[in-house]
Amino acid sequence: MPPNGDARPDPDALLRAAAQEGRGRLKIFLGAAPGVGKTYEMLSEGKARRRDGVDVVVGVVETHGRAETEALTRGQEIVARRAVNHDGHVLHEMDLDAVLARAPRLVLVDELAHTNAPGSRHPKRYQDVEELLAAGIDVYSTINIQHVESLNDVVASFTRVRVRETVPDSILEAAEIEVVDIPPDELIERLKAGKVYLPAEATRALGHFFSRSNLSALRELALRRAAQAVDARMLDDVRALGLGGTWAGSERIVVAISELPGSDVLVRAAKRIADGLRGPWTALFVETPRAAHFTDAQHARVAAAMTLATQLGAAVATVPATNVVEGIQGFLADARATQLVLGKSPRSRWFELRHGSVVDRLVRDTPDVTVHVLPVAAGRSERGARRPARWGAPSGYAVTGAMVAGVTAAGSALVHVIDLGNVALLYLLPVMAAASLYGLRTGLFAGFASTLAYNFFFLPPVGTLSINNPENVISVVVLLGIAFATSQLTARVRAQADLAAASARTNATLAGFLRQIAAVNDVDQAARMICDDVRRLLDVHVVLLGAAAGGALEVLAASDPGYRLDAMDNAAANWAFDTGSAAGKGSGTLTASEWLFQPLKAGARTLGVLGVANDGGTNPVRADQLPLLSSLLDQSALVLERLRLQAEMRDLDVVRTRDRLRAALLSSVSHDLRTPLTAVMAAADQLDHGATPELIGTIKGESARLNRFVANLLDMARVEAGAIRLNVEAIDLSDAVTGAAHDARRALEGHGVRLDVPPDLPLVRADPQLLHHCLLNLLDNAGRYGDPGSEIVIEGRHRFGALRLAVLDHGPGLPPGREAEVFETFTRLEGSDRAIGGTGLGLAIVKAFAEAMGIMVEASNRSDGAGASFALVFPAASIVRDAEVEGRS
Amino acid sequence: MPAKVLVVDDEPAIRRLLRNTLARAGYEVVEAGNARDALQQAAAEHPAAILLDLGLPDRDGLSLIPLLHAGGEVVILVVSARDAVDEKVAALDLGADDFVGKPFDTEELLARLRVALRHRGPPVEAQKVVTRGDLDIDLDRRIVRRGGVEVHLTRKEHDVLAMLVRHVGRIVTHDKLLDACWGGDEDARIEYLRIVIRNLRQKLEAPAPVGSVIANELGVGYRLRSDDAI
Repeated sequence: MPPNGDARPDPDALLRAAAQEGRGRLKIFLGAAPGVGKTYEMLSEGKARRRDGVDVVVGVVETHGRAETEALTRGQEIVARRAVNHDGHVLHEMDLDAVLARAPRLVLVDELAHTNAPGSRHPKRYQDVEELLAAGIDVYSTINIQHVESLNDVVASFTRVRVRETVPDSILEAAEIEVVDIPPDELIERLKAGKVYLPAEATRALGHFFSRSNLSALRELALRRAAQAVDARMLDDVRALGLGGTWAGSERIVVAISELPGSDVLVRAAKRIADGLRGPWTALFVETPRAAHFTDAQHARVAAAMTLATQLGAAVATVPATNVVEGIQGFLADARATQLVLGKSPRSRWFELRHGSVVDRLVRDTPDVTVHVLPVAAGRSERGARRPARWGAPSGYAVTGAMVAGVTAAGSALVHVIDLGNVALLYLLPVMAAASLYGLRTGLFAGFASTLAYNFFFLPPVGTLSINNPENVISVVVLLGIAFATSQLTARVRAQADLAAASARTNATLAGFLRQIAAVNDVDQAARMICDDVRRLLDVHVVLLGAAAGGALEVLAASDPGYRLDAMDNAAANWAFDTGSAAGKGSGTLTASEWLFQPLKAGARTLGVLGVANDGGTNPVRADQLPLLSSLLDQSALVLERLRLQAEMRDLDVVRTRDRLRAALLSSVSHDLRTPLTAVMAAADQLDHGATPELIGTIKGESARLNRFVANLLDMARVEAGAIRLNVEAIDLSDAVTGAAHDARRALEGHGVRLDVPPDLPLVRADPQLLHHCLLNLLDNAGRYGDPGSEIVIEGRHRFGALRLAVLDHGPGLPPGREAEVFETFTRLEGSDRAIGGTGLGLAIVKAFAEAMGIMVEASNRSDGAGASFALVFPAASIVRDAEVEGRS
Repeated sequence: MPAKVLVVDDEPAIRRLLRNTLARAGYEVVEAGNARDALQQAAAEHPAAILLDLGLPDRDGLSLIPLLHAGGEVVILVVSARDAVDEKVAALDLGADDFVGKPFDTEELLARLRVALRHRGPPVEAQKVVTRGDLDIDLDRRIVRRGGVEVHLTRKEHDVLAMLVRHVGRIVTHDKLLDACWGGDEDARIEYLRIVIRNLRQKLEAPAPVGSVIANELGVGYRLRSDDAI
């Protein structure tokens, strides 16, 4: 850390930190919507703390009858609730006094936004929590993002559901926040499965609330709010420690990837979070001793995730460590990370109980980092790899053969003690095993092999394949039948599992697609992303076309650079765009095109056309992929619509600003050019009747004003064109002030001018001409707004390392609180008389020129009397130190 | 015999104004509306001074300065709306005697012209002692008296003052001053000059306002005010 003169601890931050000492700490589990599992997460963590020996009690938890949640409360100490009688209803509230009397180390208080029953000590539960914290008790609590006060309106604006129970932001700012996050699709699934508790009367109203777009937006809000809280807290820490300048205060995101499938999902989620928080992000892989035993597929997954992260703009890091938790914690501390993205691995409860969940331990032991835990789909690729081919693997036949041989051997040994029919039963074992493990064909093979073996080795006549006893025929038929039935059943179960996995995969990919694209703010980027994702998901060539400025369709993005659209394809694309229905191969229209074009529709408007094609010339999209394609189309259309609306808003803003400025410029230019011209012309007319000093004075004064105005217009044009060229040299301010006072003498006529610039002020570095123009405008301004006959003072002071050159007038001064506005173009503050003239260009030029030279401008009212003070403040860096010139002159 | 002045400007209105002003001040005036005419008139009329606009229709005024000088001894006053510092410096380096910006104050223009004409010719080397107001400056003996009392000047202050005195009434650019007084010092910087000027002013001007003896030309150089200059 470089020594920093300004890095003194901030007293306020220290006070806040001191106030925190002795107080309990609040941790809030923040969710985007009901049903994300906040209570579950809170209880899990409470339980974990309890296992660590912390004195934990449950203050109040609403399980809503959910079995998993209820299971977590078992074995925890629950403080009995207090019954409150209200209008004949009995309500059960948290017994605050009982909890205070029990004085645990940590209390779990569900639903922070809850409103207490009338007659309770505090109207709101968060006030109860405040009291608990003040008593030095740590509190875990839960809240949904729509209950945060500052976000209430925002949430209501897009969900059309307004909640009355809100919690002030100050509560969240003082708390540690953990976002409990699950993808919207998964939440919708949970809702459909009835796993989300909603009050009966609210169910219908909330149906709209749980739309995918709403949930995505809510999630975004929750993540942002968490990020904000972390930022504020870190800032406090930094101030309290006096670490100014070493912590950028920005968010740093770390995503931990593993060899398990789904790391790509994590990387994309982290990218989205990093984009949202505008922070740098790093993909981290912790190399434990276990990594030495990775399979090729596992190595490949780590490498792929790292590559993906690099492509998405992340830094990547691999750290060796004996276990994952230590590795991640060490890295978080080194990188001063603020956000950690983790996947919840699909390990068994049993495994977690023995080893402790990595996630839980990280959440518990890294309090300064906001942890995002994302569910990761179970290892799908392994399951896919294990799926047998149609004919079954040769190894399956070998194993089956071995099993049949084994049973035959066993049967031979037992045939003397058991009945022949029971030997037949033994053959069921290899048949069922083969059918369930290797599928129908291997099962049938097992059936035949068993039948033959049974027949040959056991059925009389032994050693032949003929059957004497008709009963034994039945045994053979039964064996074959069982082989067939078992394999059919197993196949069906497996097909269902595959289907479920496929739909989970589809949901996951859709969620991933949404996550990525939610952060995009640029049409080209969104189009590329849509094309790449559709290509990846459906394995087809993709083009995305949109309407260009002229209304004609143009290609926005394509998945393959080598794509081509011929006349027929273009006709189909246009037809799809114009009519809003599909065209091309596989549709009912213009089927000669190699491409299938689908419209992207938002409401009645067609925003673009997505074309897909494949190499084989068959229908580009399989029937089973159509639902996925249509979801992707819907989402893509929504994204494009959002971007279109954003662009429209931007354009509108630009046009409005430009119009406003143009109107202001025209009115001021016409006013400021015509007024002096009118005066000059009128005075010149009067000269025919004889020249008076007054007339001549008018002509000279108004001409000077006109000249000043033209100079300002030229200067402003130079500023607007960005064409200020600096010619910095050491300047003696007494020269600068004398010169400016001389050139502004006409504007200052009628005023006394006092130059109070000590001759021993240090030299400053500035552009002499720009500085001259600044001073001219300040003097012009003082001459115009100062009371007639009053004194104008130019005062130079060297104090606290900076040099301040101020122009002071005696006049109405500036409207209090709006002093800084005078430097904006075309601002003439109220109280300034229109008749006095001046465009408001002058001070804008002062500001622009001064800032170009690194000089600050200040406008204020004089402390010593009525009037305004305008100052140029030369920072220490622009001041020439005496040592630089001494001895040389 | 009144001095002859050539006015070179493409705007008839400006020429008319200058003709009237100069005639009223007792000069004889000839005019040119472009560079070609200007060279012809200069050759034919041998003016004592030329008021030169830089924005001429047929060629850039700056390039005209050496050509006009080549025709013989003449004072050149640039009168231009171009106010860029480097343009002023270029004009002075090319041999212009002074620079007046447009729009100009006619009294100031006349004063500058008067000074330039009075001090035309080679720098004041011959004169050993220069008197200006209450100052007596003996260049050879390096003695400066103010109101008869000797003022102590450092070596550098003497060098700078001598340079300004030799060009009294005319602008001496920063570069010329630095070259003449810090010659050979590669690192010579304008800061040194500023400090020397500040000290000189303390000794020669105070309590009169800053710039009453040594005038600052924004970003260009310094000028020792002549007795009759503004």
